[in-house]
Amino acid sequence: MFFSFDLLLEAILFGVLLGCFYAAVSIGLSVSFGLLDVPHVAHPAIMVFGAYCTYLLNTYNFDPIVAGIVLMVPFFLLGMLVYRFYYEAFERRGSEAAVRGLAFFFGLAFIIEVGLILAFGVDQRLVSAPYIGSSLELGEYRIPYRMLVAFGVALVLTFSLTLYLSKTFTGRAIKAVAQDEPALRLMGANPVRIKQWAFGIATAVSALAGAMLIIVGPVDPSLDRVYIGRTFAVVVLAGLGSMTGTLAAGLILGISESIVLMLFGASWAPAVAFGLLLIVLGIRPQGLFGR
Amino acid sequence: MKYWISAAVILALALGVALSRINEYFFFAGFVVLTFVVLATAWNILGGYAGYVNFGTAAFFGLGAYSATVLFKWQGAPLAVQIAGGALVCALLGFGVGLLTLRLRGIFFAIATVAVIFICETLMVNWRYVGGATGLQLLRPEVLAPFETYTRMLFVVMALLAVAAVSTARYIQTSWIGRGLRAIRDSEEAAEGSGVPTLKLKLFACTVSGALMGAAGAPWPMYLSFIEPASSFNLTYSVSALAMPMIGGTGHWIGPVIGALLLGSVQQIVTVTISNEINVLVVGVLLVLFVVLAPDGVVGLFRKWTRYFK
Amino acid sequence: MDPILQVKAVSKHFGGFTALSDVSIDIAPGERFGLIGPNGSGKTTLINCISGALRNDGGSIRFEGVEVSGLAAYKRTRRGIARSFQIPRPFHSMSVLENLLVPYEYVVHLKESDAEKQAMDILAKIGLAEKAHAQSNQLSQVELRKLELARAMAAKPRLLISDEAMAGLSGSEVDEVLKILFDLNASGITVIMIEHIMQAVMRFSQRVVCLDAGKIICEGTPASIVANPDVQRAYLGA
Repeated sequence: MFFSFDLLLEAILFGVLLGCFYAAVSIGLSVSFGLLDVPHVAHPAIMVFGAYCTYLLNTYNFDPIVAGIVLMVPFFLLGMLVYRFYYEAFERRGSEAAVRGLAFFFGLAFIIEVGLILAFGVDQRLVSAPYIGSSLELGEYRIPYRMLVAFGVALVLTFSLTLYLSKTFTGRAIKAVAQDEPALRLMGANPVRIKQWAFGIATAVSALAGAMLIIVGPVDPSLDRVYIGRTFAVVVLAGLGSMTGTLAAGLILGISESIVLMLFGASWAPAVAFGLLLIVLGIRPQGLFGR
Repeated sequence: MKYWISAAVILALALGVALSRINEYFFFAGFVVLTFVVLATAWNILGGYAGYVNFGTAAFFGLGAYSATVLFKWQGAPLAVQIAGGALVCALLGFGVGLLTLRLRGIFFAIATVAVIFICETLMVNWRYVGGATGLQLLRPEVLAPFETYTRMLFVVMALLAVAAVSTARYIQTSWIGRGLRAIRDSEEAAEGSGVPTLKLKLFACTVSGALMGAAGAPWPMYLSFIEPASSFNLTYSVSALAMPMIGGTGHWIGPVIGALLLGSVQQIVTVTISNEINVLVVGVLLVLFVVLAPDGVVGLFRKWTRYFK
Repeated sequence: MDPILQVKAVSKHFGGFTALSDVSIDIAPGERFGLIGPNGSGKTTLINCISGALRNDGGSIRFEGVEVSGLAAYKRTRRGIARSFQIPRPFHSMSVLENLLVPYEYVVHLKESDAEKQAMDILAKIGLAEKAHAQSNQLSQVELRKLELARAMAAKPRLLISDEAMAGLSGSEVDEVLKILFDLNASGITVIMIEHIMQAVMRFSQRVVCLDAGKIICEGTPASIVANPDVQRAYLGA
């Protein structure tokens, strides 16, 4: 445990990049759970599924980011389907079904994980791209290009989604349905359609997040488990429904994890997200910017 | 009264079977299935009766196993003390997690229980006394007469735990506590408005549930002669403990028993004949199917059919 | 005589939104009190603060002389404050009779056999006796409203808050529910009624308070409230 200012700075730098990445992979959940109140514990599993789809396309020489963007369309449709199913089977039937809805997504996450194991095996998979493997040298620090790419995509994703939700008509309708569904109904809009659309967007975003996931590092089917901790920690810390909060929360998580990694090693780092989650739930469950 | 007679008969059967000439494999499999009877019953006390979904069964199970290991390694504690230790530690864990998150909405409690699994696992991975990531080999003590093998004895012990767990669940269900928990599940706000101390009851259910899960985990290090973090905190325990009551029926104490016996047996068969991955897939698919199509489980289906034929 | 309920300078915020601001009301024991106001004026929020479903941010709430603003809702129910819910929340997995057993067990602490007898009495009084063993999630709207009131009555309250118990009911159904409330009051229970059905509020209340945007804008007899221009403006717009 050798401590130096240089190491700390490098950890913080890495943490900022990691944090933006965490924000980007959590923003889909910010919409589906934060705004739409869907207990979407299968969100990381769908993201890992997206990572594997990216891997497949990469074996046909698709650049992973391009693959991620291409995958957004089928994933959007998948998201709409999943929400429709969830709505008809559970949300519609009132609060008695809340427990079952939660159990449903848990079961779904498992089915996806096992499906991936059966299709791809338990070994780790990687993608290759020109920016993976080399690093940018800034003075004494070396920043891997793939982290910069993920950082860039993350920022673009977060800002576009935030703009979409505040500037476009559909975006504002999505925010409205989160705050006051009966009022929205009175204005003639169909809340179910809107929520379906929003869930589709959240899932599409997860496709791109999955691409970033496999760019940043190798994936294996059980990766969704640790990401349940990371994504929910970010969304809860941000405060349900806050998009900009997601970026701040992601940064906090990224930097904390990076520092713990530096001080204590890789065997402790995955627990940081879960520990942070418990602390937030215990002290300030509404998060930083919560409704 | 009928219940207690049946319970005594079942225990006598278990003992009789253990002393018979039946193939050893039966006890290996039977021990596992009985473990799931305890886990499913324990889960249902909070999940079925009160409506708060616990994803963290693996944490309680694993922690029970590790508590037993520590007691065994440190003091050479006998099995009964190991079980009591596992139950106590997990009761505290259940109380702690409940205190932290049962004031919040159900999904926050559920996510917090996932967090507990990982934190417990990480702690054990980094604790050399219990073997860290590679785990620990354990030497079983001499088996007590009249049992031929240690596994047969463990089988009877787990049968005892199963009866204890089911009796506890039955008592809670039929008592005023059970009605309060059901009121919480149906409408927590109205329950508070009707004088039900919702937080206290939820904490009680969570503590009892945790204790039983810990007790179920405690005999496992002796069963395997081995303990390591990855398999002790395996998420499959969480899925199974949730799926079994959902399949059997969550409103009645017999539901988790039916679910555990059915699904547990299926799991044993599938794991041996096909593969472990297909086993988990089967659990996941059955869970989703039942949750969507038969929300009241086997018990609910049975009630519907008997009403239909009356 | 000391007021049974003293609400002093109560305020409640939700993030940036102020739901209640400086609300003060004194309610005399045995009074029939009406609370009106347009949608979103804070009526239900005030009721939630009194019953304990929400904690007020500022001010004090004293029931029978004791400060209750820090107490959990179930403790307030045990002290004698009961409320019915605007959208009925029956314990849907239980029968009508069982619904009443919950407050009997948890507030009054009766044995099940005694509780069942008293519960049947209440059900008979409000006209739900034949439905005692029916599943509570199969009742009609007016029956659900009656169940809400019956369950509140089973807690043997000294203050009952009726939150829009008559919304959406027909004329004769409104009369049925109104009679139940009158009978309850006659037996000594203080009743706060929140309603939109003006003729019900006017017939029932001895005193009425009107809320708008979280503030009290008017207080007085039913007749004076109806004639008040501020009240008319709040309901109909300027």
